[in-house]
Amino acid sequence: MTHGYDVAHFLAGTMLVASFTLLYQDRIFAVLNTFAAQAMALALAVAWQGYVQHHPDLFITAAMAFGLKGIVIPLALNRMVVRLGIHRDVDQAVNVAMAMFLGLGLTSLALLLVLKVTPGAASFTREGLALALAIILLGFLMMITRRNAVTQIVGFMSIENGLILAATGARGMPLVVEVSVAFSVLIALFVFAVFVFRIRERFDSVDIESLDRVRGERR
Amino acid sequence: MNEAVYAVAGIPVISGLLLALIPGYRITAIGNVIASGLTFMASLTFLAMPPIVENYVILDSLNTFFIVLNTLVGFTTSAFSASYIGHEIKTGHLTPLFVRFYHALFQGMMASMNIALLANNIGVMWVGLELATLMTVIMVGIYRTPNALEAAWKYFILGIVGISLAFFGTILVYLAGQSVLGEGLPAMTWSRLLSSAPQLDAGLLNLAFIFLLVGYGTKVGLAPLHAWLPDAHAEGPTPISAVLSGLLLNVALFALLRFKMLMAAHPGALKPGPIMIAIGLLSLIFAAFMLYRRRDIKRLFAYSSIEHMGLITFAFGMGGPLANFAGLLHMVMHSLTKSAIFFAVGHVAQAKGTQRLADIRGLSVSHPALAAGLALGVVAISGLPPFGAFMSEFLILTTTFAREPLLALAAAFGLLVAFGALLLRLQGVLFGTPAGADHKVNASSLPLIVHLTLVLAAGLYLPAALIAWFQRAAELLG
Repeated sequence: MTHGYDVAHFLAGTMLVASFTLLYQDRIFAVLNTFAAQAMALALAVAWQGYVQHHPDLFITAAMAFGLKGIVIPLALNRMVVRLGIHRDVDQAVNVAMAMFLGLGLTSLALLLVLKVTPGAASFTREGLALALAIILLGFLMMITRRNAVTQIVGFMSIENGLILAATGARGMPLVVEVSVAFSVLIALFVFAVFVFRIRERFDSVDIESLDRVRGERR
Repeated sequence: MNEAVYAVAGIPVISGLLLALIPGYRITAIGNVIASGLTFMASLTFLAMPPIVENYVILDSLNTFFIVLNTLVGFTTSAFSASYIGHEIKTGHLTPLFVRFYHALFQGMMASMNIALLANNIGVMWVGLELATLMTVIMVGIYRTPNALEAAWKYFILGIVGISLAFFGTILVYLAGQSVLGEGLPAMTWSRLLSSAPQLDAGLLNLAFIFLLVGYGTKVGLAPLHAWLPDAHAEGPTPISAVLSGLLLNVALFALLRFKMLMAAHPGALKPGPIMIAIGLLSLIFAAFMLYRRRDIKRLFAYSSIEHMGLITFAFGMGGPLANFAGLLHMVMHSLTKSAIFFAVGHVAQAKGTQRLADIRGLSVSHPALAAGLALGVVAISGLPPFGAFMSEFLILTTTFAREPLLALAAAFGLLVAFGALLLRLQGVLFGTPAGADHKVNASSLPLIVHLTLVLAAGLYLPAALIAWFQRAAELLG
């Protein structure tokens, strides 16, 4: 089972690297491409889990991740970015070095936490889980540091990638959950799309900063 | 599975789909009321039913109580919503198309909350809460003003963070269950997990509970993660504020309680009590002080919801049959009273054309009926006798005092601070010379009267059957 173990780690590691890349990319198209790459790595990781665990139903989840998150959603967002005319630079709240530093901190936190409390579980599961938690935490960090609505969407979807990785790594978790996660991503995109267009309509910008101006209580 | 279970989950789903297809806001408003009423009646049959434990569905004393409360407040809110929405259409705040959408979403939200409450599968419970969150996000943003959009965005971002953390916690619980119950469905079935709780891995459970507490705690509106709550309450349509405060916060807390029961059944696991006490007290005292600085009437009552959810979390954190009993009772009282207050506030804001506290003055002269309703609601929520919240708050404080006098003092301090703020604001709103706009509203006061009567009746006399039922639920909580 050692090479099954290696491949799973390689794919989860690839996703983690993509998460780090997402943190510092400052052009919006690069962010979308990196996200697509992460989603494809997720699809491969899920398919591999399906093969190793002999759960063919995981291939459905893999196909959904590949088709929807790897191709359809990045393309849709790409078109949206072009239509809105915001394919300029993406501003960041903290600089690259700081973001990397925080990212490293969160990754080590995830590894230490999960590896410490799960000595009972199989190492195959627990290390996958640790990597998944790191991806989730990096997604949160991305949502916090980004100020642009589109890149926040990407941050949110990379969190979902981490969640699906964790769910498929847990052996035999019922499919109902995976389908619902994929389904909810779809709904979420719908919600987001509605928001993005409404924000555009109101402010001529998808910059969240312009929302901050109207924050709080009307005085 | 029982027909009533299908009805409670199914009626809102089907009527939501139907309402999306029917044009004409008057018909959909009536349809919304009828559908909510039917769901409520279906849920009443649960009272006479023996407990059900199946793979996907569970019905015990604890969730029967939540479901009946949920469908009751859903029903009265739909009646309030019909008169509220009529006014919004007349003034042009909402277009008929959006109202059609709104009613379909209202039913969808009720359906997902009922599913979350009925679920025996922790994954399905999570899905129910996530769907309810997404639907309320859309409804909060439905006015499409910059403020409404910002509120919805903030709610969405924080809601998603919470819900993702809760999902990770759910996966960890599954992993803990998997090594004992085997792969697949049993390890996600809450009742199976509970019966084999002592064999589960304590480390995994501890980690899971932290994720679940922060995740579902965000949805409950507990202090460090409450930022979405006041905005979402203030900027959305008022019926949604009533449903958010009265129901959604409860359902999220219910999910948390299910996992607390799991933790309590494991002797070696972390004790959830002290953490819940700390977070509850923090929310209570923080929100109590924040009440003084509010300028917006709906925000004021949103902070009051944070305060009361803090108190309820505190009570469940104390644990034991008596504190749990008081916590459950306070949950019901808060749900009924807070939604009644929002019914009154909704019409007040429509009559005055503003939500600014400074612009709402002399209500007792210009709108005596609304003023009386609001005043009674505020008196009830402040925990004054003879209303039900007095009894539940009194019970919480006395049981705490018997065990941890210092904690009881802290809680009492928070309650007094909040009490002062609410009375101060109420005085400003009710008295003085009426100023500002004065629109005509056809307020339907029936939902308000029903809620206040129930709260008053509970304060004066609780039937023995009801007490026995609460006690059973409190014992389940451990």
